[in-house]
Amino acid sequence: MRWSTNLDCETDIMQKTIQLIEASDTSASATDPSTLALANDIDPRTVSLNGITRIDLRFPKFTDGRAYSQAYLLRRRMGFTGELRATGDVLPDQLQLMQRSGFDTAVLCAGQDCAIAERQLTHFERFYQGDAVHTTPLFKATTGASA
Amino acid sequence: MYQYTDFDRHFVRQRAAQYRDQLERNLRGELSDDAFRPLRLQNGWYIQRYAPMLRVAVPYGEISSRQMRALATIAREYDQPSAHVFDDALAKQAILGTQHLPTGYGHFTTRQNVQFNWIPLDKSADVMDLLASVDMHGIQTSGNCIRNITTDALAGVAVDEIVDPRPYCEILRQWSTLHPEFLHLPRKFKIAVSGTTEDRAAVSWHDVGLHLVKNDAGEVGFKVLVGGGMGRTPIPGTVIREFLPWHQILNFLEAVVRVYNRWGRRDNMYKARIKILVKAEGPRYTEEVEAEYQAIVTHDGAPHTVTQAELDRVSASFVPATHANIASSAPELAAYQVTEGEQPEYQRWLTRNVKPHKNPARRAVTLSFKRLGDAPGDASGHQLATAADLADQFSAGELRVTHEQNLVLPWVRADQLPTLWNATRQAGFARANIGLLTDMIACPGGDFCALANARSLPIAESITERFQDMDELFDIGEIDLHISGCINSCGHHHSGHIGILGVDKDGREWYQVSLGGSDGSTLSGAATPGKVIGPSFAASEVAEVIEALLNTYREHRQSGETFIAAVRRLGLEPFKIAANLARQETGDAGKVVNIHLNSADALVD
Repeated sequence: MRWSTNLDCETDIMQKTIQLIEASDTSASATDPSTLALANDIDPRTVSLNGITRIDLRFPKFTDGRAYSQAYLLRRRMGFTGELRATGDVLPDQLQLMQRSGFDTAVLCAGQDCAIAERQLTHFERFYQGDAVHTTPLFKATTGASA
Repeated sequence: MYQYTDFDRHFVRQRAAQYRDQLERNLRGELSDDAFRPLRLQNGWYIQRYAPMLRVAVPYGEISSRQMRALATIAREYDQPSAHVFDDALAKQAILGTQHLPTGYGHFTTRQNVQFNWIPLDKSADVMDLLASVDMHGIQTSGNCIRNITTDALAGVAVDEIVDPRPYCEILRQWSTLHPEFLHLPRKFKIAVSGTTEDRAAVSWHDVGLHLVKNDAGEVGFKVLVGGGMGRTPIPGTVIREFLPWHQILNFLEAVVRVYNRWGRRDNMYKARIKILVKAEGPRYTEEVEAEYQAIVTHDGAPHTVTQAELDRVSASFVPATHANIASSAPELAAYQVTEGEQPEYQRWLTRNVKPHKNPARRAVTLSFKRLGDAPGDASGHQLATAADLADQFSAGELRVTHEQNLVLPWVRADQLPTLWNATRQAGFARANIGLLTDMIACPGGDFCALANARSLPIAESITERFQDMDELFDIGEIDLHISGCINSCGHHHSGHIGILGVDKDGREWYQVSLGGSDGSTLSGAATPGKVIGPSFAASEVAEVIEALLNTYREHRQSGETFIAAVRRLGLEPFKIAANLARQETGDAGKVVNIHLNSADALVD
């Protein structure tokens, strides 16, 4: 695995929290017992998370959004604090959704440009609704709600 | 109407900038067509038969004159194909029999949006910038996400209103806009809200239908229906909550959509709508939603509980128009006196196109976009601009797009009705046919849409042509005629008293006719799909069949009985017999003409 070097997005108002991982053979599968690969049709609430430090959620196609709900449940409902990793058909334009749903790493599809991917995290500074990371919707935020 | 905050304005500009970046990457080859497709769809950009189509969001149908003028500009300056594209389209459609394809037009849709058919894709980002400059966008007007929220076109002015739905619609709009979890649902997701005793929003036919109600204590809440929809499997929605306190609506819908996102079918796009999940799971779906809702409230801390302050903030935008607050920028027209000779025509217009208003001194007036020579719901750039002028002169600068594909001026002073009538007559919007046969709903069909199996517009035109006599239209009375060019049902054929569905069979356009459908209004009865009355008809037969059905009604009706009531009383049989007698071509086993839309199996948006 090789971490993207272009991660400096500190200046953005919306903090970039998701780490991009370029596709390579070694990142394709998880063999560590502390890593759990959760299929899309598994209810995360039925799985024991004891000793699990990383959960991989797969996007079989980038248009298949089940993993967003799984991520939300893992983060918000089950309080999972380990690494949540997006795998599969991970494309630059969905990264912001992944970040907001609670993913903190994403393995970009082969052939995707990390710099382009990074830029997709910078289009918006704030959103209307709360999410897995910023749970408070804009209308309840103390500033900026109706500015 | 809702007033954009700085945040709202900034947000749509950021969205337009994001879209421009995506488009440019696509044009440079850095973003594949497949990866770009859902991104453009979620901004309203389809690729249709000959050109891209843009669907502009008109949230809950409410639009200002300034916004309408921007749409007029888009029609005039951007809805213009290159000669190459247009000639190709004309040549191909001519083989099917279409001689004319309008350019420079907008089109009102059954979901209160506005579509354009010819904007070249390389200009699409410029159009998004133009829209953003007037607080508009195409966000989530397509794609497998929560779509534009629709409501009663008379919201806020209807005399039978229990609660004004618009602030709730706006709160729902903001919540659903770029919701990270719900942008890649199994299939599209449509929400409609009604706040009146009469259902003018076809609430039962939506993935989620919401009726604003008051309980015995006078508290506001929602009756929640889930799993309605048309398409291949028409099913009216099921009530899963009789009364949900208003402030819980976002938390509850989060549960509804999350359960769908997780368990809705993704293996077959024809079984991917929430209606299939609700039907397959029955009460288990409701139990799952209730359990998830409880977890959101108790465990997650109900983060999206709507506060009174937020409801008040949003509601403050929706102030009724009064003499005091109407901008007086538009000069008042000289009062028009209706002559005695004009009285019958004027009275008809008052009967059909003018609706009562919460304010006894005002009226809601429908501008009819159902007239010979133009497709139902089509408006040229000039007509869009004229409608904007009328809104400024007569309706506090505000209009509504109706799901029946007309426009409403919601704030007309009763004393200005004669003057408005005269002005709409000059503009060509005064046809007194609202609610009558020629006020039909029709999708763009096979002249524009890549999904269509058959053309809708020539069918609409042939019926409009045949029924031009106003005496006859008034005699037939209120009737819903709905035409769809394919089973996706954008023309709502399932809910028509008479429904016409275009099908592709043996390489030819055919039309299935159904009877007895209902949108859920008082006139039509509980929402139900119509029943097909026999084998499909040829295009040349459809108008004849409609006439036969109406003649059967007129022959058998009792005093004061509407068409739909007569269908319910008589059953389908007498209508079937009459329709079959109208078969000319298909009565003779049909001639197979080897022309074909070639669209049924194409990979399309």
